[in-house]
Amino acid sequence: MHVAHLSLTDFRSYSSVELALEPGVTAFVGPNGQGKTNLVEALAYVATLGSFRVATDAPLVRQGASRAIVRAAVVRDDRRALVELEINPGRANRARLNRSPVPRPRDILGLLRTVLFSPEDLALVKGDPADRRRFLDDLLVARAPRFAGVRADYDRVLKQRGALLRSAVQTRHGRRQGPRRQEAEAGFAAAGAGDALSTLEVWDAHLARHGAELLAARLELVAALRPLVAKAYALLAPASAPAGMEYRHTLSTAVDGLPPAPGDGPAAPPVTEPATPLPGRSELEEALRASLLEVRQAELERGVTLVGPHRDDLLLRLGELPARGYASHGESWSFALALRLGAYDLLRAEGGDPVLILDDVFAELDARRRRSLADIVAPAEQVLITAAVPEDVPAQLAGARFDVAEGSVTRVR
Amino acid sequence: MYEGVVQNLIDELGLLPGVGPKSAQRIAFHLLSADPADVKRLAHVLLEVKERVRFCRVCGNVAAEEECRICRDTRRDPHVICVVEESKDVVAIEKTREFRGRYHVLGGAISPIEGVGPDDLRIRELMARLADGQVTELILATDPNLEGEATATYLARLVKPMGLKVTRLASGLPVGGDLEYADEVTLGRAFEGRRLLDV
Repeated sequence: MHVAHLSLTDFRSYSSVELALEPGVTAFVGPNGQGKTNLVEALAYVATLGSFRVATDAPLVRQGASRAIVRAAVVRDDRRALVELEINPGRANRARLNRSPVPRPRDILGLLRTVLFSPEDLALVKGDPADRRRFLDDLLVARAPRFAGVRADYDRVLKQRGALLRSAVQTRHGRRQGPRRQEAEAGFAAAGAGDALSTLEVWDAHLARHGAELLAARLELVAALRPLVAKAYALLAPASAPAGMEYRHTLSTAVDGLPPAPGDGPAAPPVTEPATPLPGRSELEEALRASLLEVRQAELERGVTLVGPHRDDLLLRLGELPARGYASHGESWSFALALRLGAYDLLRAEGGDPVLILDDVFAELDARRRRSLADIVAPAEQVLITAAVPEDVPAQLAGARFDVAEGSVTRVR
Repeated sequence: MYEGVVQNLIDELGLLPGVGPKSAQRIAFHLLSADPADVKRLAHVLLEVKERVRFCRVCGNVAAEEECRICRDTRRDPHVICVVEESKDVVAIEKTREFRGRYHVLGGAISPIEGVGPDDLRIRELMARLADGQVTELILATDPNLEGEATATYLARLVKPMGLKVTRLASGLPVGGDLEYADEVTLGRAFEGRRLLDV
């Protein structure tokens, strides 16, 4: 797929900009702080309904404006779709598809698929587990938009359960506020209605159900991604030890087909192809439920949910060593790129070549990695590049070029 | 700002759900220019509704007397109780004319975020109604969202030892709609709850 037209109103530094784009390579060139990244950020927002630079929407709206509008014409298999998104900070966003409103912005997910490379990707290797979880979940949503709903449901259960645990902690310390009804009458009390605890089991069940769905999908994703990332890494850094990855879950009970959670140390045998099929949702649900029971005492003391996909991690390895802490800067960079390239391969294999966005990436790479990356991405249907100087764009990727200066975008080639 | 009484009226109206400052002002001036008899009638029903309407001591539905119309109706099936979150859900189900049993209004759903636990809902009253063994089926008709599902699960577990039939309203495709317009979650639920077509 490719984006044929991008139009922004009151988005970041732009009061209004219209860009006609073509398949192939397009570079946006200009000094820092002129608004190059804002252009690709807008496109990535349409693809994921979130910015890769900020967690809230307020900075996306131009100062003094009340809302931002992003319009993108997406061409896929010669079919053109016009996606429009109105970003309202603090309120619900609104989306339109081919000029008709859709019930929820979520409904436009999947129309535009992007894979974005940015300097922030280094956090995938060096950063917190949350960065890697987000990488996995965003990819899940890009593959199957319904996972946006699964993720939202899981987050909601987590919030409800967290509120319950915290109130249990407060009751224990005798600080609970608000009127509390008299102690339960017969029958009700017999059923074990010690308020918090009795409903905790209900939330356990829901956490296990939604968590298992998310967990099963992530495990399947990691298995599909592993060989693709290893291949991409070998292309980028042929001299380095092979790249591997394992999903680190928080389950305390054994599940068929799921190896125990890998540790952080340099031990662990090299990753072999799993011969057994991945565990199914019902087994994972059972295991999650059992694990929750085991940590219950600790949860009641601390007031947080200690088991579940929200505490999992993706362990990245080079040879037998964890990449985090052991990999050099260059190796970390190559690994981060390999993760994105793996994601790109996966999405492409499942239909619809995603739009590749390379935000200020080449400047960070040495000559050899730059060449390897350029060779890998050159055949893509559409590649959008931002760079501070024209020399940062490798020769293999010569194509259309826009100069970006002081919020104006002009085509020069 | 308007003079004393007028501003008071606007302020009071502005407290109502769905009424902003502009609408409050519009309603206030409408009332000022309206026929005094109409305004008196409105004031009267406002007071009357607060004085006379109460909650049914059996099911918790809004009622004009000790017990609501449905609980007093001897033709309704006393063996089936349909559990809902709010009184307005009773009205919605009554419109279907499909259900001939009785209701139980919980007054909300379990939601720790909002500080609502089982003790804050009319669950104890429900257990008391089930105690005499006359009821054979409990239909859980809480909302099909996370909190409604959690409430339904909680109730199902609570009454399990009593050995009565517990059912949950089906979720799935809207009648008269197109399959392609259903969202993935609803369609997924419809798949889970598919049934054998007996011909």
